[in-house]
Amino acid sequence: MKVEQISIFIENKSGRLAEVTHVLGVAGVNIRALSLADTSDFGILRLIVDKTDLAKSVLKEKGFTVNKTEVVAVEVPDRPAGLSGILHVLDKAKVNVEYMYAFVERCGENAVIIFRFDDTEGAIKVLTDRGITVLSGERVYGM
Amino acid sequence: MLWNDEFETLPREAIESLQLKRLQQTVQRVYATVPFYRERFRAAGIAPAQIKSLDDLRRLPFTLKQDMRENYPYGLFAVPLDQIVRIHASSGTTGKPTVVGYTRRDIETWAELMARSFVAAGAHRGDVIHNAYGYGLFTGGLGAHYGAEKLGASVIPMSGGNTKKQIMIMRDFGSTVLTCTPSYSLYLAEAAAEEGIDFRTLKLKVGIFGAEPWSESMRQEIEEKLNLKAIDIYGLSEILGPGVGIECIEAQKGLHIWEDHFIPEIIDPDTCEVLPHGEQGELVITTITKEGIPMIRYRTRDITRLISEPCICGRTHMRLARMSGRSDDMLIVRGVNVFPSQIESVLVGIDGVEPHYQLIVDREENLDTLEVKVEVNERTFSDEIKVMQVLSARIQKEIKDLLGVTCKVRLVEPRSIARSEGKAQRVIDKRPR
Repeated sequence: MKVEQISIFIENKSGRLAEVTHVLGVAGVNIRALSLADTSDFGILRLIVDKTDLAKSVLKEKGFTVNKTEVVAVEVPDRPAGLSGILHVLDKAKVNVEYMYAFVERCGENAVIIFRFDDTEGAIKVLTDRGITVLSGERVYGM
Repeated sequence: MLWNDEFETLPREAIESLQLKRLQQTVQRVYATVPFYRERFRAAGIAPAQIKSLDDLRRLPFTLKQDMRENYPYGLFAVPLDQIVRIHASSGTTGKPTVVGYTRRDIETWAELMARSFVAAGAHRGDVIHNAYGYGLFTGGLGAHYGAEKLGASVIPMSGGNTKKQIMIMRDFGSTVLTCTPSYSLYLAEAAAEEGIDFRTLKLKVGIFGAEPWSESMRQEIEEKLNLKAIDIYGLSEILGPGVGIECIEAQKGLHIWEDHFIPEIIDPDTCEVLPHGEQGELVITTITKEGIPMIRYRTRDITRLISEPCICGRTHMRLARMSGRSDDMLIVRGVNVFPSQIESVLVGIDGVEPHYQLIVDREENLDTLEVKVEVNERTFSDEIKVMQVLSARIQKEIKDLLGVTCKVRLVEPRSIARSEGKAQRVIDKRPR
């Protein structure tokens, strides 16, 4: 029920982000969701792509520092308080969210949010126990 | 094991009488053939005939890198060009390169001293020497190459760069000895790890690393990651190139300087006074056999001290303590002396961090600022900002604890710090002078 995410270290200098997207484009990798966290000196780009291993290897070849981590894709009702309800569940179960970002595509009637938890397994159990839909990797890469 | 039993174990008195004889010849020769030296000696009020003992050496003027630049390219050569068979030059990151010329005999001497150095490091005939020092104007590649051939080992002239291929050749050709800069050796280790190649499966037993200052903690890291004995070698093109001095594998403690060819002195870099034996200061070297471009009291800018206690290896030549930095690399930041090697030791001490760094000193509103750039790698990189911030805060704190200077730590992409000839440029001082 986990989704693979790649993260890339990016120095704050012009053209680096364009370089990443160019490398992925040439390799035929499609970006499904992304988030850029930035500090004054550097940024961390996190991506969900359709071909994770290919993306990682072409970026490494171009000298980028790339890591692979596991995140969770959760279906969130696309209406007021939809996200709030899910965060409430997590909070009650004392599961920490490290960061989160939204998916571009919808899954049927629902939105999809990517979560990075401190305890991935525990979080999945809490969510599924409460009947919340956690999407599989295959489902997400192909969306 | 020794290469040249007779000369490497000469008794002290024999070394000194040989040094005096060769010094007198060198001084006479440069006085007769190099106008620069003749003028300098006259200005200092000293004639070659007045050099009667080794102590008289200190009456001679120093030679600086600047003097080589001012006499660019051939002004300090002591023989006509038709006797020069090889020309090398330093990379010259600041100003014009310094140019050195070798006679045929100089090339033979160099090969002899490099062969001695290889043997001191534990190499012998039958070894496969993987030479990853740059071939070209830089003395590292060809210097090590000729020594390896003189020794009778099989030398692979790899030169620098093309890291993936280096790993493949090392594995397939069964390299047993590696020669390169210490920082490049760690790159090789990283690249091998990425290729899924374990250094423990390779035949390497010794690495001979030089051309840039490195620390004892970096040695430990290299020995662990490359599974070999890491030997420190010393040399500079102005004096010869690699092979001026080397650690013996028996002690790995201090670098024997080949005293039948060089006379070392230690001076206070500020007052230029010769320091009492055993004290730390700037190394000054006089060449006493070189023909092409003899050097009288050349100020190396390297900070070390002389060790004259007998060594367990049996060599009688004095040792230089591990270089603790360069007097011109020493930064004074807000009144505090900072050596790049100190920053390096902090970085090596932090798990996962590689000693690939650069110091940038600047001045903002009359206050010195120190920025330490550190390359990120796969072990230190995280998808979480806070993990990265904890890392840079830790580096900053440990530097502050050691030096008492607050610096800004900037994490940068791997391999983004400029290198020339595989040497990293450690310090950029942007302060107005």
